[in-house]
Amino acid sequence: MKMSGARMVCEALIAEGVKTVFGYPGGAIMNVYDEIYKQDGFEHILNRHEQASVHAADGYARATGDVGVAMVTSGPGFTNAVTGLATAYMDSIPMVVISGQVPLSLIGTDGFQEIDAVGISRPCTKHNYLVRDIKDLPRILKEAFHIARSGRPGPVLVDIPKDITAQIGEFEYPKSVNIPSYKPTTKGNKRQIDKAVEAILKSKKPLLYVGGGVVLSNASDLVRKLANMGGIPAVETLMARGVMGADNPLLQGMLGMHGNYSSNMAMSETDLIISLGARFDDRVTGKLSEFAKYADIIHVDIDPANISKLVDVDYPIVGDVSIVLEKMIDGIEGKINPDRYSDWRDVLDKYDNLHPLSYEDSDEVIKPQWVIERVGELIGEDAVITSDVGQHQMWTAQHYPFDRPRQWINSGGLGTMGFGFPAAIGAKKGCPDKIVINFTGDGSILMNMQELVTASEYKIPVINIILNNNFLGMVRQWQSFFYDSRFAETDLSYQPDYKAVAEACGGIGYTVTTKEEFDKALKDAIEKNRVAFINVAVNRFENVLPMVPAGGALYNMILADKTKEK
Amino acid sequence: MADVRRVISILVENESSVLSRVSGLFAGRGYNIETLTVAPIPDTNRSRITIVTKGSKRVLEQITKQLHKLIPVYKVVEHEEMVEKEMVLVKFPIDEKLADIQALCQAYNGGIANVGADMIIGMVTDEPCRIKHFVEATKRYNPIEIVRGGVVAIER
Repeated sequence: MKMSGARMVCEALIAEGVKTVFGYPGGAIMNVYDEIYKQDGFEHILNRHEQASVHAADGYARATGDVGVAMVTSGPGFTNAVTGLATAYMDSIPMVVISGQVPLSLIGTDGFQEIDAVGISRPCTKHNYLVRDIKDLPRILKEAFHIARSGRPGPVLVDIPKDITAQIGEFEYPKSVNIPSYKPTTKGNKRQIDKAVEAILKSKKPLLYVGGGVVLSNASDLVRKLANMGGIPAVETLMARGVMGADNPLLQGMLGMHGNYSSNMAMSETDLIISLGARFDDRVTGKLSEFAKYADIIHVDIDPANISKLVDVDYPIVGDVSIVLEKMIDGIEGKINPDRYSDWRDVLDKYDNLHPLSYEDSDEVIKPQWVIERVGELIGEDAVITSDVGQHQMWTAQHYPFDRPRQWINSGGLGTMGFGFPAAIGAKKGCPDKIVINFTGDGSILMNMQELVTASEYKIPVINIILNNNFLGMVRQWQSFFYDSRFAETDLSYQPDYKAVAEACGGIGYTVTTKEEFDKALKDAIEKNRVAFINVAVNRFENVLPMVPAGGALYNMILADKTKEK
Repeated sequence: MADVRRVISILVENESSVLSRVSGLFAGRGYNIETLTVAPIPDTNRSRITIVTKGSKRVLEQITKQLHKLIPVYKVVEHEEMVEKEMVLVKFPIDEKLADIQALCQAYNGGIANVGADMIIGMVTDEPCRIKHFVEATKRYNPIEIVRGGVVAIER
């Protein structure tokens, strides 16, 4: 069928089952927007900043597992999208971003709103395309979706010059993809899996090290099954919160820089790490030479480059965690029982009793941890939780009772402030039946606050809980610990009236200084079903603990707050 | 871990941005490029990129794996048993001892590529370490310009 390149883009999105596109129009992408106007196959959400569009598509993808789609124009439209691409790239989120480009004849002439999008995005996309011929457009769109969701997922950029979207060409959307140079390994080597099974059966202190790859591979049920079969304790990374379920007695907690004591001790004392979709990030391992000194390592990862990148691995298995786990479970079934590692679990229980994850609550001032636990009590698994980046993010990861994968959405790898609110908008579009809450800070929320307007216009009732300590809190914490309390540019006492800002943009705002006010505000925000800011004044100098100082050994945690400010 | 020199041969789809993907990967991840050579493979839509690099065992393994991840990369050959050749062109003033220069080039399996009114150009193709020796040997003849090509290599 003959049609314009712009129409091809819409037809391809519909053929891929895309229901929501987040974007912002501009000169070079106008042809496509003209076709969006004429179609009713998908909804378009107009964010008020391209960065927010890409984060919203990202949040949608994380909440649903489907490919998120964002659309931006050339030049500044694209450069605004770069942070969103990089955020998704670092966390391996499947996403397709379509950008307009100046006409082919103008490329290379420093044309108006021209920028080398493919050049800029190369290091922060899984792959990218500049479409040079309308004949290639259907194939490229098909490949973009395939590459985004297969193997180790990631964002793919398709940059389309304006004259290509205007041209008429033949459209037949390919049914399959054939990229001879791209064949991800998913099955896992049988012999390696057998050896890994032997190692598990020989181990006395095995530990499941569960990463974000388990969420991406939808392998949570299998991980729980393996853990339960052998009574194998587990630790989760920041990206894997929810995989094991908060109530699971086998779950030690989150490990790493702000992991709890028993998780980090488990990692330090285990004799066999069973790493599933995790990548030994520096925030997890601490000092490498002291990391898991007594352990052999089984490393299951779909990306061969993650294996032995930082830590030497004894049993490398390249493959999709789900497929590998099925085979592993087959191999172990009947040869193991849940009592087997009870001595090891007792040791970890003792560690947990010695230094449980805790905080000192107060009647005078609201503690940020209390707010998070309170939301967990009141809403629990009915919520999808997003966060921005900083102290509030760590407290949420530590204290919220996550029960299932995809319930917890945050920027782990890149650590992008401003991610939470637009990601919440995307998550709410993907999961309209859930209450979506963004835990944020007074630093982060200002970085994409314009999305109040988007959320109001489209009636996307996400609740932003601002844990407001009048500080850029995480940086302030490091200044307290490591810079002799010289608070360089981290005092954020000069603040807007968050309640007024929310209301000026069509949302609803609350100012909270007591626990009772918080309960009332949350209840009211849920009932009113509108986008909300709940501005909670929390203890100014609260620190995230435990903490492993950067570069320190995982077992050397700061457990008690000895800073002078209170 | 001690650094090792390695020749890496990369078979890629012959498309416009592929060289920037490969060289950008080296730059972005802090890998070292000593020489780089690219040319299309006859009768295919593929090209071969030959890179000489240096790094620890872990770095070399990462280079291979990261290159594999690039979508237009078909194959990465990192082999110790490679036959390597490199080419060099050297321009000398015409008033140097021409017979000596010619003898020197021939000693390194080369010859005289061009002679002009005021200069003579010698050409040598040989293994990279021999090229280094050749370049050193030319110095006494006051070379005006030395142009080295990158290494090309083929598996034995």
